[in-house]
Amino acid sequence: MPRPRAFDQFREVQEELARSGSAIFRDKAGVESLVIDDPYSIRYIHSYAEDSPFFLALAEHRLVGSRCTGPRCRFVFATPRSHCMVCGRPTEWTDLPNRGRIHSWTTCHFGSEAFLKETPYNLALVEFEGANSLLLARLKDAAEPDLYVGMPVEARFAEPPRYRITDVWFVPAQP
Amino acid sequence: MVTGGVTKFAKAHPAMDFRLMVKRAYDYALKGIPNLTKDRIDGTRISYFSDHFSRQLKAASMVQDYLGMNPKGSVRIEWGGATGGECFQAAYEAVASGRMDVCLAAGYETMSRVATWKGNEFIALASDTNFDFPLGGFYTGYYALMVVRHIYEYLRLGKFANVKDEREAQRLAVAEGQRIMSWVSVKNHRNALHNPYAQYPKRLTVDAVLASEMISYPLTREQICTMSDGAAVAVLCDESRAREFSDKPVRIAGVGCGTDTMRLADRPFGKVPLHPHEKASDYANLPYPGVHSFRAGRAAGIEAYRMAGISDPRTDLDFIELHDAYASSEIQTYEDLGLCKYGEGYDFTLSGAPFLRGIDYGLEVPEAGRIPVNPSGGLIACGHPVGATGLMQGVFAFWQIQGAIRRHFGDGTLQIRDARRGAIHSHAGTGSSVTVSILERGW
Repeated sequence: MPRPRAFDQFREVQEELARSGSAIFRDKAGVESLVIDDPYSIRYIHSYAEDSPFFLALAEHRLVGSRCTGPRCRFVFATPRSHCMVCGRPTEWTDLPNRGRIHSWTTCHFGSEAFLKETPYNLALVEFEGANSLLLARLKDAAEPDLYVGMPVEARFAEPPRYRITDVWFVPAQP
Repeated sequence: MVTGGVTKFAKAHPAMDFRLMVKRAYDYALKGIPNLTKDRIDGTRISYFSDHFSRQLKAASMVQDYLGMNPKGSVRIEWGGATGGECFQAAYEAVASGRMDVCLAAGYETMSRVATWKGNEFIALASDTNFDFPLGGFYTGYYALMVVRHIYEYLRLGKFANVKDEREAQRLAVAEGQRIMSWVSVKNHRNALHNPYAQYPKRLTVDAVLASEMISYPLTREQICTMSDGAAVAVLCDESRAREFSDKPVRIAGVGCGTDTMRLADRPFGKVPLHPHEKASDYANLPYPGVHSFRAGRAAGIEAYRMAGISDPRTDLDFIELHDAYASSEIQTYEDLGLCKYGEGYDFTLSGAPFLRGIDYGLEVPEAGRIPVNPSGGLIACGHPVGATGLMQGVFAFWQIQGAIRRHFGDGTLQIRDARRGAIHSHAGTGSSVTVSILERGW
């Protein structure tokens, strides 16, 4: 009877799965475990629901946040939400400036499998004049030695839009 | 708490599925207590983080099943990285409410069933999938964003306040921050050399930590925990049964839980909630928590300390097992838990206070033993099978307080002498939820 090939190293098991779809792992005590390749993919029907206007605005090269309608609150969210997290009232859409400053940043040299091929990439939390919270975005056209907290940056927009948060990114602001 | 058990944490346990791992930890826990048989257990709380890892939904039912616990009551607990800590508190609540006399808390994760970078993707799906994940969802990146700001607030605006050139000042501050974070990594890996359950015990130098691969600036590979397979269990019961089962039961004297926004970008810039030994004037100009600190950890600490009657954690705790998924978050957590003030975490590390006395770290640690943090080696060295991690901390803390480290580790080096009271701290995604539980001698 055919039997999958057996290996002592789990790494070798993974390599064998890619080749033949099955393998046996043999541990130090000689216990054998049958291991199979088991791929899985899903197509989601993802609705942005109440966040939709933000993504539609990106397609028009506009950055919008949300402002609380509470008369004493008026909290401005740079990452929008349709109800205020401070006082609970509904918010209204408000334009954000195209320019901001880096509140914090990093360069990712590794990432999730979905983004590994894009490494290295920069992430920045951006602060805006007139907003009380931040926006997380990719930061392009700059490398580690150039970046610092407080650095002025400006928005760029994807053309054509893909209706994702990556439709906006930031670059160092032109003086 | 009357007993606990842990499997060795490993990169992969292909010969054990999650049911068998939990069973091994459970058998270990029950073995030492003849009166504690399965029929004495009223029900269970079972934790694992992600259905994605094993692609088996309702897996907790299969654990319940495998342990032969049906038809007793059970529920699955999930709360991100804090899953294990929440499970511990859920079992506490089952007993404290009077619903159960004896409750088993069991947790596990089998992260080896997917490749490491796919595993990172699953973890990153615990960030906002509209605004955060599609940017390059990667938790190390999120914690890097937090520590860059932490370094800015406390080193750039502290020790390097007088450097005129902004970029130069920040470059110096980050280099100093990286160096001090490496001390944490050296400490935890070194401690773990005496813990047979740990996944990555090793002797490291600061230079070796700094020279390891850059994962997400400024965090290097040796400053970050890894994926693991593992399980842990704890048995909690009411006071009279605790005395029946054990002559050294450990009392859960306080529980606390705090939360914060899922998105880092939404964290407010407000006031610091104070521990009893702090003053508002300590933080007059500190926008809080921003992205530099974990407000949830502070809230959890305040609640747990109040319940346990702790007025100053610096003197009222003998040790802490905290959630060091990143060396940076260990330093941030010193401050959240009031072991030092906000801004003093780096100096606190260099003082040696969180190191163990009597271990050669290759570092000058004059105050070693003042308040040992992660004597077990923490997540960085023990591994982080998410649903088991918070329970693992509970088990290690339990053994510390019983004075039983040598019995369970086969090596008494990590035993803290006369450890009467300790804290365990479990933490989820960028501090979106955190639990703190206080364990103390109950005899």
